[in-house]
Amino acid sequence: MAGTTTIAAPARRTITRRRRLSGWLDNERTLGYVLVAPVVLLLAGLVAYPLAVAIGYALSDRTIADPGEFIGLDNFFNLFEDQIYRQTLRNTFVFTAGSVVLRLFFGVALALILNEAFRFRRLVRSVVLLPWIVPTVLGTMAWLWMFSPNFSVINYVLVHLGLARDGPDWLTDPNLAILSVIIVNTWRGTPFMAITVLAGLQSIPLDLYDASAIDGANRLQRFRYVTLPLVMPVLLTALVLSIIWTFSDFGIVYGLTKGGPMNATHVLATLSYQDGLASGNIGEGAAISLTMMPVLLVLIIWQLRRIRRMTVA
Amino acid sequence: MTARGIRTQHPTIDRWLYLYIPMGFALFFLVGPFYWMAITALKPDSELYDGAHSPLYVATPSLEHFYYLFEKTEFLTWTKNTMMVATLSTAIALLLGVPAGYALARLRFRGADFIGTAIFVTYLVPTSLLFIPMVEVMADLGLDDSIWALVVVYPTFLVPFVTWLMSGYFRTIPSELEDCGRIDGLTRFGAMLRIAIPLARPGILSAGIFAFTLSWNEFIYALTLVTASSERTIPVGVLVQLTRADFYFWGPLMAGALLGSVPVAIIYSFFVDQYASGLTAGAVKG
Repeated sequence: MAGTTTIAAPARRTITRRRRLSGWLDNERTLGYVLVAPVVLLLAGLVAYPLAVAIGYALSDRTIADPGEFIGLDNFFNLFEDQIYRQTLRNTFVFTAGSVVLRLFFGVALALILNEAFRFRRLVRSVVLLPWIVPTVLGTMAWLWMFSPNFSVINYVLVHLGLARDGPDWLTDPNLAILSVIIVNTWRGTPFMAITVLAGLQSIPLDLYDASAIDGANRLQRFRYVTLPLVMPVLLTALVLSIIWTFSDFGIVYGLTKGGPMNATHVLATLSYQDGLASGNIGEGAAISLTMMPVLLVLIIWQLRRIRRMTVA
Repeated sequence: MTARGIRTQHPTIDRWLYLYIPMGFALFFLVGPFYWMAITALKPDSELYDGAHSPLYVATPSLEHFYYLFEKTEFLTWTKNTMMVATLSTAIALLLGVPAGYALARLRFRGADFIGTAIFVTYLVPTSLLFIPMVEVMADLGLDDSIWALVVVYPTFLVPFVTWLMSGYFRTIPSELEDCGRIDGLTRFGAMLRIAIPLARPGILSAGIFAFTLSWNEFIYALTLVTASSERTIPVGVLVQLTRADFYFWGPLMAGALLGSVPVAIIYSFFVDQYASGLTAGAVKG
């Protein structure tokens, strides 16, 4: 008798434990929380918390050497009066607008090309994605070399084609420098736009084109009334992502000009790095990066509402 | 649209005008820099800086820049570091993101919508907003100036992405299969583990490729959280060690850029179809 109980009691316990566990694993609500909890904890600890810390810094005069004190919105007031910050803000908008417009134009054009039937299409499709695949900064190094003052291959070609006498100073002339970072950003981002739009194009039923051909639509009309409306949702999503990524870009500007010459290419991310970490004005640096928030919020909210509408529809 | 079965007056001219010529320009612009990177890496310095040589091709190829990279810099260490960080942070991202994506797609629990939205929002939060406080947070965790800081931090932008992509993927798998499994005695969790996750393998693969390339390419955290040369990743190591105060070691720099790009290019060329579909799924699917 004694023998059986000593064996049965732990066994019964294991059974109940197993049943409780399987109850847990079977309960939709509990399981849902268990599965998302690690993600929520990670994001709370390493996204939400650092964001709160950044806001705290931005409201203080903290530096690398000194924890600093609460100074309210002084950092922000100082920034808006600061010539360099204002120029940076302008640069950021020029950089974003220029890059995104060019990405959009070349991306859509490239998608239309890649949607055609031609030999080696698969190969071409994978090769054009390369700028998007490789590490941004490493691709940027190739451009840095192509723009370099003494051995620029771009200038070599321009001179030998008789288009220029010496070739322009791509990275030392302030106006050309911002153009240069825009070119590199366009180079990097066009493949993403193209592949995304291509997927949209491929989902368009072919009979729509046949129907529009019967109605006598020309190339331009076909694009305007058939292609464009149908790829619009995909296009807008790719556009929003491109704006967010370009607006907050760091690698291309840092790799190419570090913000120079004379701050002509500084964007918010690079200025915030230079001020906050390189020069050690942590409070001010945090404030600079936080001024990205209004634009980002508008874009994020707009994108969320679009997704809502799409899932409802 | 030329190939849509619509005839024009001059099909050949059309094809050149709308297809081959623009494609030529696109390839030139998009791929040209890689050609330039490759021939620079293969040119000896004597040829590289000699105005008498045409810069457009290599006359006497040489591996001197690669030797320099391996013998005079810590390129191999950077490669090992990058490999380790990318592998570990991808593993963490999949381990956390796949089940969470499943939960958001399939399970009904209060707050699921809100959590899903919050995860999506963090996917859109750029890293350049958070690097300053992150330096401090990592120091508090005792991870300052350690490659482990990157292993901990990279999942913060990988997990939202993987979760979002996977929840979209799970929605495309019919749930009837899991219902059958549950009738046969599987728990909810068992149905996820034994039925849904194996079916989602293509989605997991593309999420994994994405996560791996994103961590391989990451720059701002790698630059700010790690400063010892032996702890650097390839993008930072190449940029910081091979460009010194306006003096550039162009040959080794291009050799490093080339070698640092090859692994992601290879991975990607094997999985190009998953990559393209994953890219669009991640960007478009809700």
